[in-house]
Amino acid sequence: MTYTPVTPIVTARLAAYPDAHTLDRAVSTGAYTSLRQALSQTPEEVHETVKTAVLQGRGGAGFPAGAKWGLLPAAGFPRWLVVNGDESEPGTYKDRVLMERDPHQLIEGALICAYAIRASQVFIYVRGEMALAQERLVQAVNDAYAAGYAGRNVCGSSWSMDVTLHWGAGAYIVGDETALLESLAGRRGMPRPKPPYFPAAIGLYDDPTIVNNVETLSNLPWIIANGGEAFAALGVEKTHGTRMFALSGHVKRPGVYEVGSGSLTFRDLFYDPALGGGIRNNRRIKAFVPGGASAPWFFEEHLDLALDPTVVGPAGSMLGSGAIMVMDETTDVVRTAWRLVRFYANESCGKCTPCREGASWLERIYQRILSGNGRLEDLDLLADVGSNISPGPFPGPGLNPGDAPIAPFPYKKTTICDLGPSTVSPVMSSLRRFRSEYEAYITKAEVPVRG
Amino acid sequence: MAEPIKITVDGHEVLAQKGELVIAVAERAGVYIPRFCYHPRMRAVGMCRMCLVNVDGGRGPALTAACVAEVTDGMVVDTQAPTVKKAQDGVLEFLLINHPLDCPVCDKGGECPLQDQTLHFGPGETRFVEEKRHFEKPIAISDLVLLDRERCILCDRCTRFSKEIAGDPLIHFIQRGNHTEVNTFPDHPFASYFSGNVVQLCPVGALTSTPYRFTARPWDIARVESTCTSCAVGCRVAVESSGNRITRYQGLDSEPVNQTWLCDRGRFDFEWVNSDDRLSGPLVRKADELVEVGWGEALSAAATQISDTIGDRGAAAVGVIGGGRLTNEDCYAWAKLAKAIIGTDNVDAQLGDGLPAEVVVGLPAATIEDACRADAVILIGPDLKEELPVLFLRLRGAIVDRGLPVIELTPRPTSMTPLAAASIIYRPGDVAPVAAALVASGNPDGDVAGVSVAAIIAARAALAAATADGMTNIVVVLGRPSLAESDAGPVGAAGALLGALPGVTFLSALRRGNVRGAIDLGLAPGLLPGRVSLDAGRQWYRQQWGAVPVAPGLGTAAMLTAAAEGHIQCLILLGADPMSDFPDRALAQRALATVPNLIALDTFLTESSRHATVVLPAAAYGEKAGTTTNVEGRISRLGQTVVAQGTAWADWMIAVELAQRLGGDLGVDNVDEIWDEIERVAPAHRGITRALLRAPGRVDGVLAPAATDPALGAETLAEVIALDPSAAYQPASVVDGASAGVGIRVKGVIPAAPPDPAAAAPDEAAAPEEAEAEEAAAEAPAAPTVDRPAPLVWAPPAQMPSAPALDAYSYRLVSGRALYDLATSVTHSPHLASLVGPSVLRMNPAELDRIGVPQGGPVRVTSPSGTITVSTVADSGLPRGSASLVFNLASPSAADVIDSSAAVTEVRVETT
Repeated sequence: MTYTPVTPIVTARLAAYPDAHTLDRAVSTGAYTSLRQALSQTPEEVHETVKTAVLQGRGGAGFPAGAKWGLLPAAGFPRWLVVNGDESEPGTYKDRVLMERDPHQLIEGALICAYAIRASQVFIYVRGEMALAQERLVQAVNDAYAAGYAGRNVCGSSWSMDVTLHWGAGAYIVGDETALLESLAGRRGMPRPKPPYFPAAIGLYDDPTIVNNVETLSNLPWIIANGGEAFAALGVEKTHGTRMFALSGHVKRPGVYEVGSGSLTFRDLFYDPALGGGIRNNRRIKAFVPGGASAPWFFEEHLDLALDPTVVGPAGSMLGSGAIMVMDETTDVVRTAWRLVRFYANESCGKCTPCREGASWLERIYQRILSGNGRLEDLDLLADVGSNISPGPFPGPGLNPGDAPIAPFPYKKTTICDLGPSTVSPVMSSLRRFRSEYEAYITKAEVPVRG
Repeated sequence: MAEPIKITVDGHEVLAQKGELVIAVAERAGVYIPRFCYHPRMRAVGMCRMCLVNVDGGRGPALTAACVAEVTDGMVVDTQAPTVKKAQDGVLEFLLINHPLDCPVCDKGGECPLQDQTLHFGPGETRFVEEKRHFEKPIAISDLVLLDRERCILCDRCTRFSKEIAGDPLIHFIQRGNHTEVNTFPDHPFASYFSGNVVQLCPVGALTSTPYRFTARPWDIARVESTCTSCAVGCRVAVESSGNRITRYQGLDSEPVNQTWLCDRGRFDFEWVNSDDRLSGPLVRKADELVEVGWGEALSAAATQISDTIGDRGAAAVGVIGGGRLTNEDCYAWAKLAKAIIGTDNVDAQLGDGLPAEVVVGLPAATIEDACRADAVILIGPDLKEELPVLFLRLRGAIVDRGLPVIELTPRPTSMTPLAAASIIYRPGDVAPVAAALVASGNPDGDVAGVSVAAIIAARAALAAATADGMTNIVVVLGRPSLAESDAGPVGAAGALLGALPGVTFLSALRRGNVRGAIDLGLAPGLLPGRVSLDAGRQWYRQQWGAVPVAPGLGTAAMLTAAAEGHIQCLILLGADPMSDFPDRALAQRALATVPNLIALDTFLTESSRHATVVLPAAAYGEKAGTTTNVEGRISRLGQTVVAQGTAWADWMIAVELAQRLGGDLGVDNVDEIWDEIERVAPAHRGITRALLRAPGRVDGVLAPAATDPALGAETLAEVIALDPSAAYQPASVVDGASAGVGIRVKGVIPAAPPDPAAAAPDEAAAPEEAEAEEAAAEAPAAPTVDRPAPLVWAPPAQMPSAPALDAYSYRLVSGRALYDLATSVTHSPHLASLVGPSVLRMNPAELDRIGVPQGGPVRVTSPSGTITVSTVADSGLPRGSASLVFNLASPSAADVIDSSAAVTEVRVETT
């Protein structure tokens, strides 16, 4: 319990004011001053500041935004900035908070980015189910236009930029940036073959495109105001700035927390009274998901690992989208795994055979096991079907506490995007550590924990 | 080409070009990587994941989809690693868990890539014990294509084809995940002219065609390489038969022609060959009734009628109409019979719906490939999608892929209009001045024949933008924009363009199957085989044939007029049906009713052959071997796969027999001899030997003259054969069906006849020439050597044609064809016959208002030729003053009002 709170960057305004989403409050607390400042510099200078800050992408992959912008071909126009607000990973809700509670910060960040990369237009793609975020963003964009912060001659400068809002239609897969671009262009949301790994050269409408996450862009106003060095100085080596974590599950105080990157452990997050506040009913922890439903599970012995990608990856999992789900000892892990597999089976776009067919096959096997019709050979079948979606040893901790990790992150895949291997994650995580609970379902013995 | 890079595939070093895909390079190296979604003619999607192999681009081997990965220098590809085997095994197991495995009743069983690749790369058994996914099966997604969603493996081939290639994005994935299915949008069937291609593309039996469904097992099929003759594009096909009935056409992948694709009419109109309504034996008119007789009697009757006519009125009283249905060999035999033995030049393969033959052969020629690669294309012709569908596909592909600007001059909106860089809708009859204004040196001062200055300047700008270096690489696609205006318009336009655009070349957009071959081989007035004029070739052919006509004869319209007036006493119809197929039915009716001797060679008793005095049943497509020529002048083989119905004969055999009964001798006994003679005497066909046409892997045919074929170049014949590209493409262990990606490989096709090793000698023509020399010596012992005549070069007329002055009370009629019309091949193909639409008159809505007709309401259309009553459709794309009526649809037909003697048919349109 040695955690020292950091000064928040992206949640500062929303934490201080319940009406942070209004233009009045936002402007009176400094919104759009960074934009004005950026417009007084050249786009190259703004880009340089962001490069210095080493602002790692907050969508999951962690690729530095400044470097990503540098991938744009020098002469490709028109070029687009697309804001990925299709936050859909189970357990992840940090971007939603930013869009609902401080939309002007996002708009300002997006405009700064658009200026730096000389974008022709900004598209903000918001997940279809986020009604409040949509309502607040519409209000904020309209207010920003009316106040001259967006549209023609931004802040009285000679620079103009349009911001277009687009709602998703309810597909998890569209969180993959290439699927998002397909969807935004009016096509079916399916990921594109990779390479190219980035849409910088061939993106929206096959034009050069930068896709950035909501949290990533929300950091820009602070970076411009305080300088790239100040940002880079925050956090630990290789992970800079602050990070938002969406904590859910069996903790006393679930919620979104902005913490210093890499400077605290899972135990701090779960048990610090200012953060998670401990496990509900003071029970023991059984497992936790450290980075969104796709991440291999961690267990009690991982509590003292730092929330740092360079620590979590070698241990066999990822911090990913910053969604941490805690399961206490009363959790039925077979049902938990089935619930997650069912999610992925439903959300598979249907493009790659292994994911389309494999995810639903896994789900059907789970149904059978849970309904009392499982066979012991189904357990090896689950593992082998999984290995045909994600070949090789699946990343994750060792079979028993204290064992070396079976494989470091990331996973291998026979599919285009990560949705397929994500399905395998809860299967392998639960099967490796809690095989006896599966067997209990099958042999009709006393099920240790029944969900 | 850039410096090749080196990659390693399973330990073998392979040279490749940057940008090539791993799957294609490996295949060239003899390593077959299994695949379902990959198709070299479409964008890679990496969807099925069957082609996963280990690729090491420098960071260690990783499973990679070989269909989307481009080669890089030093790349190492491993297709045999245990991880690869497991991944392939896994993908196949996944594909099969929900596949119904109803192979015994599946059309694809036996030629199914899913079966074949499971055998070679997949698991022997399944571990799936759950219930399979179910769908209603099958569902009709169009009139011709059925979809079984249970069999579908969601490879995206059909859906990609519909969008990328056909431009008819009417099928798509719906739902997602395991519920994903291909389907149409509600109430929007997959009504594409190219829908049949998806059946051939489908790597499983999910898409089946109504005409083929359940008719054959693949192992009972006899397959022969051939060329589609439903129109004149000359798409290469494999014709398949089972039990002496044609069962199916499959598109072959010919790079310069159809690139695998076929239109639905071409693909499915084989049904007419199998029709029970075919003529079973010769008929002779006795006591005003057609009576079936033996061939001897029928031939004698025909010969007597011909010789009596010659005796009474001279050879010029005999006329021959038709030839588009015939093979090149048939055409040559009939040209020789008509011109050398009967002695008439009244011979025309076109039915008043084409262009003058001297224009077709005498313009500088372009290929389809030339058009697709041109800086710009000027299109003056019919609606290509309706008349030459695969040419439309090729041009559309060039427009979509590389932005080919097409400048269209048309009297009505066509399928090309939405794709064209500029479309000028001209007033019917006035195309020539508009074309001249398009390429004149300065902008016009005012409207040109009703076309606004703005429209002309816009089209000029599109043309100029595309040809910055001085309009040097322009191809004109030239055909008949409308059957209701004479050919003077397009001919005048061609003259104007030829004069103004240096280096311009022309691709003719003639429609009938082998009409180009017929023209090239002399079935046209004023022409002799090999694209030479009667005058230029007289000496040569007199030496070769003994005799040639004295003066140029009549075309079809003039022949029909002459017959109606009693000057022509004997008409021979070579598969021609002027009553339904000539634009002016009234004239055809008068001619056929008047002419005392009418000899018809046909496959069916048609409206025209019912008037005949002698009907000779002709062998149909697939029943005879030979060659055909496409719009480019490309010669390719026709294969025989079934025996002719009844006692039908090939048309050339009928010519040979008639020649003998007329006291002559064509000097040929079989198709091969005819081709050898063509190659020897016809200047444009010199060097295109049988051996060359049959060289293994020569799926593209040979462009005539051979010197213009870019594929031949300076290589000797032996080298051409040695270069057989298919040798390197032989997949290691997979049968043909698995590589359905590239159409059907020629390798699996039985050649129409085995290559003749003797004729394959480099000095290709030596042997036949010697044999001929002996014959020639017998006929003309002391004949001095006459040089082969030079091919005809067309000189445009000095005078620009002019349309009649506008008549404010009349509308100028436009008439073109629809893909599905009342052609014999459609009406006798049950699955196509129902697709023929009704006759409607299209007019500008303002004109309908003016007349006072509600849309859809009936109107009376009157011309000097006749009166019809039709319903109307408002079409705001048509200029005011024009009215459009599709030709040869159900009665009433445009042919009832078209006046073939007028420069443009003008009609009165009134309420009924």
